[in-house]
Amino acid sequence: MSNIGSRTKRGGKMKNVSVEELKERAKELRKTALTMIYEAQSGHPGGALSAADLVAALYYRELNINPKEPRWPERDRFILSKGHACPIQYAALGRLGYFEESHLHTLRQEGSILQGHPDMKKCPGIDISTGSLGQGLSCGVGMALAAKRRGEDYRVFVLTGDGELDEGQIWEAVMAASAWKLDNLTMMIDNNRLQLDGPCEQLIPHLNLTQKMREFGFETYEIDGNDMGEIVETLDKIKASKTGRPKCINARTVKGKGVSYMEDQLGWHGMAPDEEQYRTAMEELERGL
Amino acid sequence: MGENKRATRDGFGDAILEIGKTNPDIYVVDIDIGKSCKTGAFSKELPAQHVNVGIAEQNGAGVAAGLATTGIIPFVVTYAVFGSLRMGEQIRQEVCYPNLNVKIACSHGGVTPANDGASHQSIEDMGVYRTIPNMTVMMPADYYAAKALVKEAANTYGPMYLRFTRDAVPVIYDENTKFEIGKAKRLTEGRDVAMIAIGDTVHLALEAQKELEKAGISARVLDMHTLKPLDEKAVLDCVRDIGRIITVEDHNILNGLGSAVCEIAAEAGDAKVKRVGIQDQFGMSAPYERLLEINGITVEHLVALAKQEW
Repeated sequence: MSNIGSRTKRGGKMKNVSVEELKERAKELRKTALTMIYEAQSGHPGGALSAADLVAALYYRELNINPKEPRWPERDRFILSKGHACPIQYAALGRLGYFEESHLHTLRQEGSILQGHPDMKKCPGIDISTGSLGQGLSCGVGMALAAKRRGEDYRVFVLTGDGELDEGQIWEAVMAASAWKLDNLTMMIDNNRLQLDGPCEQLIPHLNLTQKMREFGFETYEIDGNDMGEIVETLDKIKASKTGRPKCINARTVKGKGVSYMEDQLGWHGMAPDEEQYRTAMEELERGL
Repeated sequence: MGENKRATRDGFGDAILEIGKTNPDIYVVDIDIGKSCKTGAFSKELPAQHVNVGIAEQNGAGVAAGLATTGIIPFVVTYAVFGSLRMGEQIRQEVCYPNLNVKIACSHGGVTPANDGASHQSIEDMGVYRTIPNMTVMMPADYYAAKALVKEAANTYGPMYLRFTRDAVPVIYDENTKFEIGKAKRLTEGRDVAMIAIGDTVHLALEAQKELEKAGISARVLDMHTLKPLDEKAVLDCVRDIGRIITVEDHNILNGLGSAVCEIAAEAGDAKVKRVGIQDQFGMSAPYERLLEINGITVEHLVALAKQEW
């Protein structure tokens, strides 16, 4: 069985997008994701908002993908290992035309393609189902390894949380990626410093994370993950890199970014806003804090 | 029955090398016990289709899932206890839920890792995987069954768990015997009692059947090599034709073959079932045959049970 398709390049149409435009896209994704969570009265706004800029940069600029052909074999892969942040990914997929935008109003509802955590069988554009933390990077390692073995040049991006790094499996995957010199793999850490039960620093501190990743054999970048200019610059460096090593972006972010009462607040990990909070949030996202 | 004895892990090792040579999409994902699980030849002859993740079961499961999304057919190879429980949730989340074409092929099923002790004996694995949607669960009875079912597994889409023995078990089939996933093999006809067995206990049921025959008791023996999907028709035939069923397995009597047969028989409401298997207790370092004996998994016990009134 083989599903290797034609080798024609069919993606790569959205490359020359300015930082300003990407900022607009990120704003739009934030508003869409928050609307989805508000309408569903269920979901995880904090980690969706912290990751919005990284996700916007990937989908609108970096990834070689084709929304008309979600399973195109040579596409770049994106794995949302922190699956609970999926509304931000769904927003991007919906806006890019992977599915009818009307689905964006069905988050977490019975029969929806937009499950509470990403389901590759139900939602076009999801490269692997996630939701149980710590597992996405291993799948990304498998995909990146398959590319190497078969001489394909697609790349694999995996977005993890920082709390998620508590999981031992992450470090198993990190060691494998390094051992196998998977330079086509980029691990992005949405480092928003908060996990469900409290600040990561007070639970299981990750200590010199960037240094740790470097010592594990990764090419590392530590950036402001809510600064679009820095994100784009870093992705460009990664694309041009010839070190032969897997990449890690330790992206310092703010949980709940863009909504004053959610920013850096533990309580907004997995809670939906009420009507008044939603209105405030949409105003703040529109004009910027 | 042949005089030969061979471990079913050898059947896996021989089959995977054979099919790997003809299909470049067949991969082995080893977890540092490849030699013991008989993938040594595969790793040497087909290095481009071989991955070793080290002692990292959880990552091995995820890597296999990632490979499978590209059309590769990975066989994740380890011991049954680790291949079920140590990576069980990863297999559930990343293989069974998205229904990916990953095979978990495990040696050291049941109490066959005898002298290794309880830590390495696997008495829960088939029960765990039996309850996960999309999963197929198999245990071949001998070397040839193992070879045949590994090939069937490679040619059939979907998540599958295959369980092999570390220890040698009697060869009961030959190279030409055909196997179909989900279809029990009726090895003998019988009127008085049915013995439904899986894996390394099939030969015990066959030996018991011969003993019973001498005593004028006719026993039907089924090789239920596929625990899930269970061949319900074969069970129901036993219920309707005979009404007395003994299940035999090298697995906990909870949630293995005995449980699966009881479910069907109870719903049919017309048969009695006795379960022979591991008595919900951990093993210990001891000879394989002795561990079976401690749990009543012996020809003598099967014969005695068949002769009793119940």
